[in-house]
Amino acid sequence: MKLACVVRKQHYQFTSVRDVLAKASEEKSGDHMSKLAATSALERMAAKVVLSEMQLRDIYENPVIPYEKDEVTRIIYDDINLSIYDEIKNWTVGELREYILSFSTGMPELTRISRGLTSEMISATAKLMSSIDLVMASQKMKHQAYCNTLIGEPGRLAFRCQPNHPIDDPDGILASMKEGLSYGSGDAVIGINPNNDSVESVTKLLKMTHDFMQKWEIPTQNCVLAHITTQMQALRGGAPISLMFQSLAGSQRANDAFGVNKEILDEAMDLMLRKGTASGPNVMYFETGQGSEVSLDSHEGVDMQTLEARTYGLCRHWKPFMVNNVSGFIGPETLYDGRQMIRADLEDLFMGKLHGLPMGIAPTYTNHMYADQNDQEIAGMLTTLAGANFYMGVPGGDDVMLSYQDTSYHDDASYRELLGLRPLREFEKWLEKMGIMENGRLTERAGDLTIFD
Amino acid sequence: MMKQINMDDLVQRVMDELSKIGQGVIDFPEQKQCGVKNPNNPEALEQAMKRTPARIGIGRAGTRMKTGSYLQFRIDQAAARDAVMKTISPQLIESLQLPVLHSRATSMEEYLMNLDSGRMLSDESARWLEQNGDKNKDVQIVISDGLSTSACEATIPDLLPALMQGLSMRNISVGKPVFIHKGRVWIQDQVASIVNCKVVISLIGERPGLATAESLSAYMIYKPDANTVESDRTVISNIHKGGTLPIEAGAYLAELLEEILKYQASGVKLSQLRANKG
Repeated sequence: MKLACVVRKQHYQFTSVRDVLAKASEEKSGDHMSKLAATSALERMAAKVVLSEMQLRDIYENPVIPYEKDEVTRIIYDDINLSIYDEIKNWTVGELREYILSFSTGMPELTRISRGLTSEMISATAKLMSSIDLVMASQKMKHQAYCNTLIGEPGRLAFRCQPNHPIDDPDGILASMKEGLSYGSGDAVIGINPNNDSVESVTKLLKMTHDFMQKWEIPTQNCVLAHITTQMQALRGGAPISLMFQSLAGSQRANDAFGVNKEILDEAMDLMLRKGTASGPNVMYFETGQGSEVSLDSHEGVDMQTLEARTYGLCRHWKPFMVNNVSGFIGPETLYDGRQMIRADLEDLFMGKLHGLPMGIAPTYTNHMYADQNDQEIAGMLTTLAGANFYMGVPGGDDVMLSYQDTSYHDDASYRELLGLRPLREFEKWLEKMGIMENGRLTERAGDLTIFD
Repeated sequence: MMKQINMDDLVQRVMDELSKIGQGVIDFPEQKQCGVKNPNNPEALEQAMKRTPARIGIGRAGTRMKTGSYLQFRIDQAAARDAVMKTISPQLIESLQLPVLHSRATSMEEYLMNLDSGRMLSDESARWLEQNGDKNKDVQIVISDGLSTSACEATIPDLLPALMQGLSMRNISVGKPVFIHKGRVWIQDQVASIVNCKVVISLIGERPGLATAESLSAYMIYKPDANTVESDRTVISNIHKGGTLPIEAGAYLAELLEEILKYQASGVKLSQLRANKG
């Protein structure tokens, strides 16, 4: 394995696969904070050169966090199909990139090689790709999953209706929920981030959303995004849950900080299949995002993008209905500005899809980072073009509980309009029945929450 | 010699400014405006808009926001950006009579970009706390500006007395609260180890949102040590006048701290212990 190169008459030496991966990353503040980033623009390019000639087997044989030490590494490696890996292990990362972009490679081929790729290989490829590369490669893949409804069909785009309220006031939540539905948002899930993580309070919100879905015969999923152990207690107590949520990260230490591990996730999914309200088989909803490991001081010397890829390697073990990427939620110490946020969104969508995941994107920004609404909308349009399965839907783009900005009900409707995309099949019929949508377009009635009165 | 302020003159100037409104000066509304054309039930819409600070009932132009609500959104975001950079008023700290400590962050930029700088006390502050902090108490309170000084200014004057009173009613001993400039949550672990308290609670200004820049969070942890993980912390967020009221939060936090002491656990561990007891 070659870990050195000469670029512009300058000799560059790297210490390990992990080092090459980190230095080949596009510039992000979080990798600077963890002191892993390239220290000059040319060093970054030198790392990309070394990476482009690295064989997939070099990456396989040098996991960025040792197998013995880290549960995420074990899950990624144990889930790999060794026969497919053997077919491609002598490819270089540069060749993998060209294979992915080639005209003759489509969804079936990518789905197949996906089973032989570790998360680090997927991360490596993305580091050699530009914005258009990432969008074109992402467009080739669209992964479906089934909970109560089918997500990921070509030509369809779904949304999570996110009707959060600062103190979980049920009437306030209901009002935002009706508003979202009246804009056609909520086909992916009606999902509330609770302010109060107690079992009683979470159960109450689950019942409320479930009852509303029953009353209005809405074909969708409900979810309250409390800690997974809280949701499990609620479920054992009889709360109606169709999707179980958890945030995940790309190192065992970071997942320990989140209070989650393989055993808990296995138990949660098993519980959902036995006691959840959905038909399944895809009953899990995961959230991820570049930077969580750095902010929890658990990056283990690995760059943010590679850790994000590893998170997808973890996610795919439980065959989720949705994986939502929220890069941009943390702050400027991980993604400094709109440019870094847009890049992260494009990388994450591609990497998630190449893991075979039904990916959605939440292009987000906080008020202490150097980004604004214009950056967010660019990220949203590009990832729609790249074929994201879903986005969030927040009233006016302003989450009044979590204090950050995400895609609005208006943005959701606009993304559909821009590319002629339709809501999920069953949900579109419901929207037509309610008089909210006609021939894929919002009617005069849309946007009025009092149509439910 | 101090210049005398002529009250009549001042009143006249204010009246002049006010009278300009409607004559060439735009008074942009701060409240969200109903933008739905011919709503099915106008009264219900008005009621719904009152139930939440969320931007609902704002209507649309095609699939996009109306001009007024778009500008309102951008104004709120601009205000939130500006709020991040504000520093806390010395009067507030003075009026609360809190000792003032510092993290290692020497500027806002350093605080934002280097998490570690806000997670440890400066050497001088650590020494001060060792010498002057109240030791071996049940609870130690830390107040920090975090990402919003406005949050401290708006909530601490009501919250802190209510919390202190709640703890005293429950016969829980409390060390003298301290204020830490540019502190992050994890700085509480160092504080706890220096003063050797059982539970440490940090009251920290949250990152400003659009609906409010005045939201405060409380982070509590029972005897943090080297094995502490994030999910060991109990968090109560959204303490502000549009969320949990500061006075109510004080009483609620006292009750919660009593539970943490009783179960000798916080965070996910506490939730599990409580659930097991039914």
